[in-house]
Amino acid sequence: MEPADYIILTCEKPHMDRVAVIGASMTQFGQRDAWIRELLSEAGEGCLADAGVAPDDVEHLYVSNMASGEFEGQTGVPNALAHDLGAVPAYTQRIDQTSSSGGAGIYAAWQSVASGASDMTLLVGGEKMTHRTTAEATDVIASLTHPAEYKHGVTLPSFAGLTARRYLHEYDAPRESLAKVAVKNHKNGVDNPHAQFQKEVDLETVMESPIIADPLRLYDFCPITDGSAALMLCPESVAEEYADDYAVITGIGGATDTHVVHEREDPTVMGGVVESSEEAYEMAGIGPDDLDVAELHDMFTILEFLQMEGLGIADQGDAWKAIEDGRTKRDGELPVNTSGGLKSKGHPLGASGVAQGYEIYKQVIGDAGPRQVDADVGLACNVGGFGNCVITTIMEEAQ
Amino acid sequence: MSDEPRLEAQRYADGTVSCPSHPRGLSGAEQTGTVDLTDRTAEVITWTTSTATPPGVREPNTLAIVEFDVDGESVRVLGQIATDADVEIGDTVEPVYADELREPGAGIREPESQDWDGFRFDPV
Repeated sequence: MEPADYIILTCEKPHMDRVAVIGASMTQFGQRDAWIRELLSEAGEGCLADAGVAPDDVEHLYVSNMASGEFEGQTGVPNALAHDLGAVPAYTQRIDQTSSSGGAGIYAAWQSVASGASDMTLLVGGEKMTHRTTAEATDVIASLTHPAEYKHGVTLPSFAGLTARRYLHEYDAPRESLAKVAVKNHKNGVDNPHAQFQKEVDLETVMESPIIADPLRLYDFCPITDGSAALMLCPESVAEEYADDYAVITGIGGATDTHVVHEREDPTVMGGVVESSEEAYEMAGIGPDDLDVAELHDMFTILEFLQMEGLGIADQGDAWKAIEDGRTKRDGELPVNTSGGLKSKGHPLGASGVAQGYEIYKQVIGDAGPRQVDADVGLACNVGGFGNCVITTIMEEAQ
Repeated sequence: MSDEPRLEAQRYADGTVSCPSHPRGLSGAEQTGTVDLTDRTAEVITWTTSTATPPGVREPNTLAIVEFDVDGESVRVLGQIATDADVEIGDTVEPVYADELREPGAGIREPESQDWDGFRFDPV
């Protein structure tokens, strides 16, 4: 068989060195008066200032956003942001991967620099949601489901309830262990000035809050949130011109699981977490024992357990024991969600994965203020749908 | 052939079965035929009662993932539990047809883009 004709697409720039993160910003998360364009601009401007990069030095501009069209009737947000920041004629692209749009944005921004296509890439993630009722916002998010699921009135919280019940049943875990995730992450959020809730909750409050998706209660769920976050990425050789302290993305991986959630072999295993983390660990040349800090996608308390197990931080069925033992507290063996997580910080869909990156960046460069832990290596795991799409990112302090 | 609504699962060339149907199985295998689950029973794998439901959905909405055994192959299906019924993990249930599971057009999805009838599960 004759080989097919092909062409080689060449890039002007040679293959680059490691990809650095040289700046980050995030807006106040919560109920905001600002609309999507204003939220994105606020984080974008903040990131340009933090990195010391001029707008016209930005070559690629990525916007992580799930549903500005559905929520607000505003589409074309990357181009709008390029104009508002004075970054025209930067190449722009919108990244929608539902709740993991932010992590997918980090992957796209990393690719843009690692491939040599861009020497300065700005990633901004954002979502405007709180002007919608809870029922409307829930329905926009649930629109990612298969028609066979959607017609039964399935929501992402109901997937969490179904999974939590199976997890508690299969692994004989106490219901209180899930509540302790909420207590821990709210406690961490007190020291995050950008968090939607900077307030502790106690176990009794969580356990007595209204049922939302039995056995899960109100405090097992993250709130509906407006907000935006941003990261600036460039080759490490360029980073040195801008910053003394910067982070390097040493590992990144992305994966999917089934669209139809009930078709997974084991409802308590998130295959996308397993696959994406294996890829990220291999690229970084490390394993879960090398992590100093982790930001996990605790949209629902049960997700913190499923990700800890998928990431190899805990054995299958054992993550609940880690919270009982205090191993994931800020002063524990492996602090998880020092930012307060989605649970306390809030979950503006497209911003959340970027905000996870913000926290890990701050931790590894030693700029996390009262939330600071002893961290050289950090991991962020951003989950879309109910584990349908997952991005795992590993950042390390630049040596 | 009867026009009665059926709860159908899809068989693939690699022996797997799924409900709903996909153009190919998870391993990429082609479709080979369907299996009628309508008159079979299934076991409840897990369930939840959702109290914060989207527009056009009953409140509360009890949902379950149930498992059928098709020639030794596990086939899981998600569906509403019949109104006013209680279930526990391990219970046996049977499909019961409902001509409208949620109100078309009340939510964000285009009413014409999908079917709105289907099968709930009722304890046996």
